[in-house]
Amino acid sequence: MAPHDPHTHAHDHDHEHSDVPSDLALRVKALESLLVEKGLVDPAAMDEVIDYFERRVGPRNGARVVARAWSDPTYKARLLSDATSAIAELGYSGRQGEHMVVVENTAAMHNLIVCTLCSCYPWPVLGLPPAWYKSAAYRSRAVIDPRGVIAEFGLALPENIEVRVWDSTAELRYLVLPERPAGTASLNEEQLADLVTRDAMIGTARVAAP
Amino acid sequence: MNSVHDMGGMHGLGPLMPEVDEPLFHAPWEARVMGLASALGAWGKWNTDVFRQAQERIPAADYLRMSYYERWFNVYETLAVDAGLIAREEIAAGRPANGQPKATPQLRPEMIVPRFLAGAPKTRPLDTMPRFAPGARVRARVINPTTHTRLPRYLRGHAGDVTAHHGAHVFPDTNALFQGENPQHVYTVRFRATDIWGPDANPRDTICADLWESYLDHG
Repeated sequence: MAPHDPHTHAHDHDHEHSDVPSDLALRVKALESLLVEKGLVDPAAMDEVIDYFERRVGPRNGARVVARAWSDPTYKARLLSDATSAIAELGYSGRQGEHMVVVENTAAMHNLIVCTLCSCYPWPVLGLPPAWYKSAAYRSRAVIDPRGVIAEFGLALPENIEVRVWDSTAELRYLVLPERPAGTASLNEEQLADLVTRDAMIGTARVAAP
Repeated sequence: MNSVHDMGGMHGLGPLMPEVDEPLFHAPWEARVMGLASALGAWGKWNTDVFRQAQERIPAADYLRMSYYERWFNVYETLAVDAGLIAREEIAAGRPANGQPKATPQLRPEMIVPRFLAGAPKTRPLDTMPRFAPGARVRARVINPTTHTRLPRYLRGHAGDVTAHHGAHVFPDTNALFQGENPQHVYTVRFRATDIWGPDANPRDTICADLWESYLDHG
């Protein structure tokens, strides 16, 4: 599958972001103005919300969790038995991560995360989800054709391993602990975190060797 | 409700299109919708399950046509009207109706970080003992409520194994209707892909879902 060029996607009518009414930006602005004028919302508070998602949460947090687990077997054991507390040890907690579960990829098991009913996603460790994770295509196919979905992301999984899909139907939020790639024995935690991608923590990719 | 949001296992919903170097927001208005969501939510007039049910009530053709943040915008506009925070006439006029006192915003800038870091756990105390233990064989009930539920259609009627008990959580089916939190035990149930999808699935593959106790019977 060819990666999608963000510069042309507004013209792509098969896409999640297709067919946005031209007046939508104006409607949002008009509603915000009305709510501010009525004293119902503070635009500076809205700025802070946006800043939270832009700067405080994102896949870098999850990558640090993964790197710590790869580096410290006792941390990894805590992470797999009580993920919420173990993740909080690194300072990541809160909304859409109140009840965390970490699932481990091994040579015999590959995990994939989805939310078929909406787009539930672990905000403290991964931030806001990418558009493809929220798309009808991913939500519909991940449970019935996980191997096909993963293959479209460029990862061909062997037939003889288990693929386990986690459908986030309740308030538990999932993070995949990917396999540590070979040839990384000399790397420190920060260097390991640099290798870990968002997609590897959703389960549509593996972590590539450096 | 059996609306298009419950799309696990459907075919024909388009190709996967990951973007290279995808921005966090695709346009400034998307970020403003995210801000509005929190600022309006702070009034406490609805909950997560009410919000989700409002999304599910978007007509199917509109749901599929709209982008994610367009759905959010329409839902928050509707929720704010339904809760009496604003009137449709005010939206049409673009200004507040005459004679109303100005409110004070519930969400102030300094509240964001502590509030987000604290989160809002959905676990609740419950005296009732869990009906199922890890290892139990269970079957998802066949139900077709016309209101919000978190039991997806593709699992209804199928048997699986309880792999974990997560304590009692707010029950979305009643919480979405403002009928109370009515906490229930929640379990992870693991299903065999071949039991759900038939012989075309890989016999090694499994699907796990987190299900409330009243969604399940002994299997």
